[in-house]
Amino acid sequence: MWRDALLIAGKDLRIELRSKVTFNQILPFGFIVLIVFAFALDTSPDTLQMVAPGLFWLAVLISSILGVDRAIAIETHDNASDGLLVYGVDPGGIFLGKVASVFVQLFLLEIVLTIAMIVLYGPKIGGWPLVTISAVFATLGISAAGVLYSQLASSSKAKQTLLPLLLVPVASPVLLAATKSWQDAFAGSAWLVDPWLRLLIVFAVVYLALGTVFYNSILEG
Amino acid sequence: MGSKRYQRLRRAMGIVSVLLVAVTVVLGLWVTPPDVVQGQLVRLIYVHPPMAWVAYLAYGVTSLASVLYLWRRTRNLRWDLLAASSAEVGVIFTGLTLITGSIWGRPAWGVWWTWDARLTTTALLFVLYIGYLALRRIPADSHQRAVRSAIAGLIAFIDVPIVHQSVVWWRTLHQGATVLNPSLSPRIHGEMASTLLLGFIAFTFVYVWMLLHRYQIAALEQNVLDAELEKLIQERRNEPGLGSSQIESSGDANNVGQPSKV
Repeated sequence: MWRDALLIAGKDLRIELRSKVTFNQILPFGFIVLIVFAFALDTSPDTLQMVAPGLFWLAVLISSILGVDRAIAIETHDNASDGLLVYGVDPGGIFLGKVASVFVQLFLLEIVLTIAMIVLYGPKIGGWPLVTISAVFATLGISAAGVLYSQLASSSKAKQTLLPLLLVPVASPVLLAATKSWQDAFAGSAWLVDPWLRLLIVFAVVYLALGTVFYNSILEG
Repeated sequence: MGSKRYQRLRRAMGIVSVLLVAVTVVLGLWVTPPDVVQGQLVRLIYVHPPMAWVAYLAYGVTSLASVLYLWRRTRNLRWDLLAASSAEVGVIFTGLTLITGSIWGRPAWGVWWTWDARLTTTALLFVLYIGYLALRRIPADSHQRAVRSAIAGLIAFIDVPIVHQSVVWWRTLHQGATVLNPSLSPRIHGEMASTLLLGFIAFTFVYVWMLLHRYQIAALEQNVLDAELEKLIQERRNEPGLGSSQIESSGDANNVGQPSKV
């Protein structure tokens, strides 16, 4: 399973490296979302500093919808996922590989968006360990839930509209917890005691487990 | 399913439900006294919590039915239809819970909506199961749809405690008591308590009644689908140049309708 996961992740990242969809389309989109949020909230520095973590994670969540949709679209084209199953690739491995590939892309996107956020909104960031580790688990949670729901909705002709409806309410705890843990981090809280980080870990573990168990049924069913 | 016993049960549930709701209305609106603190507003308590309870019950039934479908030993399309029917009733009652809560909140708190933990969780729950119902509308064969919906239903149910926990923390970790602090709520006793209890029973009956109706519609829809499919197969079989025996012996649906080489 782990070997299959690595293969799938490597394949997806290679596709991304050659097509650059995340880099050329999703990343600029996330950037423009950060800019238009400022339009909605006026340019008072105090307001922007205060809401920076929330806007950042909202931008990530919106961008992630495009990211996971893309990750599954690769396999629905020409029924490639059936091909993978016929080759005997472990379905749990496919899931974990997809999650890993989405995770890497989203995490890189977050690094760029963090720099953009610092430049545009000017929050004072302290507590980098908490910032980093909550970003890791939040991204893992969003990727796992996203890949799972994207696969569930993949056979629909209306999947572009269905996926956000499914994913956003499910991922809302991640949005909430990531925002709050970043606020705690900016305020200088130590990462070991933050309850929001624990929630992010629980979410990521639950969705990784659910995906690994059910992916086979979703692909075959 | 279409049996007389089922019809009789459904009708009996209907009559009992209407009677119980009628009694709840009479007791809730006329017999019970207005509350010392809340005045006439308290009367909403006889419908609002029972509706919320029914919503939770409905989602519980959806999850249980989903598990029973996913488990191979108990796999039966009926569980899928039951899960779908229950989720639909659940969404209606979640919507009603939000509406009645708003109607109560406006005079009691001065706002239609407040970011209280319970309200926020309920709103998210509402959208979560609307998503489940939307997922069900994807055209697919019955088994495929059943598996996907069962997984989605189960995931939604597992997500509920996480959503709830996050929202509770959101409202309580960074501020003091919320509006729904238990110590603020008025004590209930006597006929008010019994009317509330009756409300719970009445709305549970209404739920079962609606579920029986909805389940029957779902089963009939399924029958129509199966019958249409059967009809299409028959039409293909009757096409000139293709005897039914040939199709059965070849066993390959793709050959049907192709010019016969024999």
